[in-house]
Amino acid sequence: MPTAWNESRASEIIRRHEGREGPLLPILHDVQAEFGCIPAPAIPQIATALNLTRAEVHGVVSFYHDFREAPAGRHVLKLCRAEACQSMQGEALADQVLRHFGVAWGGTTPDGHLTVEATYCLGLCACAPSALLDGEPRGRLTTASIAALAEEIGR
Amino acid sequence: MSALRIFVPCDAAARAVGADRVAATIRDEAARHGVEVEIVRTGSRGLFWLEPMVEIATPTGRIAFGCVTPNDVPGLFAGYSRFAASHPLCVGRPEEIPFLKRQTRITFARCGIVDPLSLDDYRAHDGLRGLERARSLGPAGTVAEVTTSGLRGRGGAGFPTGIKWKTVADAPADRKYIVCNADEGDSGTYADRMLLEGDPFVLIEGMIIAGLAVGAGKGYVYIRSEYPDAIRTFSKAVAVAEAAGLLGAAAGFEIEVRVGAGAYVCGEETSLLESLEGKRGQVRAKPPLPAHKGLFGQPTVINNLISLATVPAILADGAEAYAALGMGRSRGTMPIQLAGNVKHGGLFEAAFGLTLGEIVDEIGGGTASGRPVRAVQVGGPLGAYFPRALFDTAFDYEAFAALDGLIGHGGVVVFDDTVDMARQARFALEFCAIESCGKCTPCRIGSTRGTETMDKIIRGERVTDNLALITDLCQTLKFGSLCALGGFTPYPVMSAIKHFPEDFDRPRLVAAAE
Repeated sequence: MPTAWNESRASEIIRRHEGREGPLLPILHDVQAEFGCIPAPAIPQIATALNLTRAEVHGVVSFYHDFREAPAGRHVLKLCRAEACQSMQGEALADQVLRHFGVAWGGTTPDGHLTVEATYCLGLCACAPSALLDGEPRGRLTTASIAALAEEIGR
Repeated sequence: MSALRIFVPCDAAARAVGADRVAATIRDEAARHGVEVEIVRTGSRGLFWLEPMVEIATPTGRIAFGCVTPNDVPGLFAGYSRFAASHPLCVGRPEEIPFLKRQTRITFARCGIVDPLSLDDYRAHDGLRGLERARSLGPAGTVAEVTTSGLRGRGGAGFPTGIKWKTVADAPADRKYIVCNADEGDSGTYADRMLLEGDPFVLIEGMIIAGLAVGAGKGYVYIRSEYPDAIRTFSKAVAVAEAAGLLGAAAGFEIEVRVGAGAYVCGEETSLLESLEGKRGQVRAKPPLPAHKGLFGQPTVINNLISLATVPAILADGAEAYAALGMGRSRGTMPIQLAGNVKHGGLFEAAFGLTLGEIVDEIGGGTASGRPVRAVQVGGPLGAYFPRALFDTAFDYEAFAALDGLIGHGGVVVFDDTVDMARQARFALEFCAIESCGKCTPCRIGSTRGTETMDKIIRGERVTDNLALITDLCQTLKFGSLCALGGFTPYPVMSAIKHFPEDFDRPRLVAAAE
């Protein structure tokens, strides 16, 4: 579970990367692992520590798809939408998932249980369509296994 | 009696189809029967339609069992002899399976066989021989060997690796870097992932050799965040190599693992360097070349993972042996990755020169759905779509370039006859819009306008005019973009229009649907 914003905890994370070349991305990954997102106050703090402007840090945070402004749901389902999964009817299965949970791409269920995100290739292309549920790979998805997956996620 | 050695892949794709549950059931069932087993979690052999593929060691070699589910495990333990070759799931000796037997495994020689984190296993399977030879040849000799092998960049650009190394070796600087591009974002490709998870030491060895050859003391491996298993396994392998004194300050070469953050464009080398420096992954104009001014402005070798991982075998067995394989200017082997709607999806390492038809029909066995193959996209989202009429094209850098396509990183995605090529063309533009770094106007804006124009074509609005507009836009993208993302997006779009015009004949299709 992500912890609530804590400035001294963020300082510790930044300090851990001291002496590293080009430390911004590793710091952002660790901040997100800790707090579930890049909290707004983290940006000026990181900028000061790395002698960057806030705009530069914000520019990096907003450039990369992985970094979030708000935490995701308790579970994160990343569904592959790239060509290999398309060739195996991945889009139809994805629609099934989105309908089941009543969310749009990138959306989180109102109770904060699940976030469904699009991803473009998980390297599981010979076992398409594929997905990552909380970082665990799932392949050869079918209508039936998607239903089972939805059951497993719950609600 | 010694323990029965059982090999179960821990490759992410094998795990995605239940390999962990199979391994756990084997452990439970062995305990229930009082059978002593040693379960080795290997990488994958790359025969993904057979995953989870379980192998057992016998006095005469390994025997494999394909598509094993947890429910099958009790049956494998039942009867007088455990894992009997007479079991219906037995596929015999893995090396004799035609898909594997036909291959020339050089880069992937150990993948799926060894314990990925055992340095002893790596040594026992010819590991570190290349490094030894590189040390005896010295820097100049090593660069010459790589040049002689004819190895070209396996990321897709196909630039000769030896020449790149020579440029960096000749560049005077206190600090130089080796950067491994493991940002394998192309759909249909998974070769980097398989090696990171199945034979990580081969990459470490390749990078140490590169460092020795050009005089670099530090290497970065940039792995995409979509590969959590690969990041985990490779990071552990680096720790094992450090503990063994192979890597680290005292060894003269350090490796740091860096994780991407979901930007496809970071697979482009200059954008990857920006990302490593902690910036937005925006493409740099070339020159200066990364070989002269790369990471932090220092001379940098930036190579695709497969290029670096092929170097140890080239050094170990000699450049001539490697160069003897292949065709034309494409020397050696390429790990072809069959993906998508294909019956026998998997990694097929072979010398350049197979035809697309051989790859898709013979090796891949046609579609998984059993319907006719209609289109094949080669080389990822920036690669062209090929119709059956071009299935005599040889898998070779120049042959694909001549047809306005590319082999890219070796991914081959198969589509059956239900594919709508207008939608695929639209997706290529949409993907470019999602992933554009924003530096060049044609890519940043053209991709979005192109997607909108394709929507009009799909709706059947002024199709002829809009197709002309798309063609014009593709020209602008091709010649007005700094990098391959904008520059090559026209390949899938224009190939779809050229080879599958019937799918763009929208007024008729729209009328037929109504």
